[in-house]
Amino acid sequence: MATYSNPEVLVSTDWVAQHKSDPTVVVVEVDVDTAAYNEGHVSGALGWNWQTQLCDTVQRDIISKSALEALLSQSGIGNDTAIILYGDNNNWFAAWAFWQLKMYGHKDVRIMNGGRKKWLAEGRELSKETPSPKAVKYNVAGFDESYRAFLKQVQSAMKSPGTALVDVRSPDEFTGKILSPPGLPETCQRGGHIPGAKSIPWAQACNDDGTFKTPDELQALYAGKGVTPDKNVIAYCRIGERSSHSWFVLKYLLGYPNVSNYDGSWTEWGNLVGAPVEKGA
Amino acid sequence: MLKTEDYATAVREISGVKISVTRYKIGDRYYCHVANLDPGATIARAEAASRDEAEQAALAKAANRLGTNRAAAPGEKGLSSTAR
Repeated sequence: MATYSNPEVLVSTDWVAQHKSDPTVVVVEVDVDTAAYNEGHVSGALGWNWQTQLCDTVQRDIISKSALEALLSQSGIGNDTAIILYGDNNNWFAAWAFWQLKMYGHKDVRIMNGGRKKWLAEGRELSKETPSPKAVKYNVAGFDESYRAFLKQVQSAMKSPGTALVDVRSPDEFTGKILSPPGLPETCQRGGHIPGAKSIPWAQACNDDGTFKTPDELQALYAGKGVTPDKNVIAYCRIGERSSHSWFVLKYLLGYPNVSNYDGSWTEWGNLVGAPVEKGA
Repeated sequence: MLKTEDYATAVREISGVKISVTRYKIGDRYYCHVANLDPGATIARAEAASRDEAEQAALAKAANRLGTNRAAAPGEKGLSSTAR
């Protein structure tokens, strides 16, 4: 049985239970449901709000370098700290945070396999106390923009046989049956997908308990749709968060060398005047 | 020590939309959250002194939200979201 390409990026719930008080480790919860943290969280874990703390709240963009430095400094996270991320819904937004932290060059970022769902289901200890970490000085070491794809790159890549576009939204979003998932606000003017994209819904990478599938299962999932390591892979969804999860799987668990996340995603493409759209399966 | 008790999840349907309903107890409070099935984002949540109260409140909020969001865009069939 194959192993993950970078197994060090995953830690188990057991590991977190044993290391959550380790001074070299900071555990951070990032949920899609921003109210979840206050119900109870891993003792000592910080909570980051993806809607206000992990993006630019004025223009549509990821968090800026200065804002990230401030967030990490206030969180007591130094450049050598191991950041353990976890969150609800199969670590959906934990992966979003992971993507940004890696883009800004943080060395040691890991995800708790199974996330909040597994922690709760296992009946593990929870806390309602919000930690007050001692601030430190964090300096962003670099920025790797290759982890991110912009509209022009996607438009160009769409015509290249060496590119694999991966649409990780639900089948109904992919076919154009719906414009966005039920109950969610970010929508578009047209439904469908980028021509040539393969439909591989993000959550297919996970088991029912929120943990990631085995390397063999993941490899079969992507390679079975022609998404192979020799390709320049671009993942997208609706606002770039589900695709950051697939980006994590492809880049870190399967070790694909060229994977980027098109975070403009369908809310950009599906609103763009004149953009080609394919409908159906 | 706080911990989750009575953790349970089930698939239900509201306004023709399949949803997952997750319930649990932390301390002396009951929590219920309702999420769309794919991608699993929370649509509504509630907290109450009893399991039934929490569930009923969360389902009512979810029904309201899904109902107000069901508006078709030009040339489209199906769901469209207009407001959170």
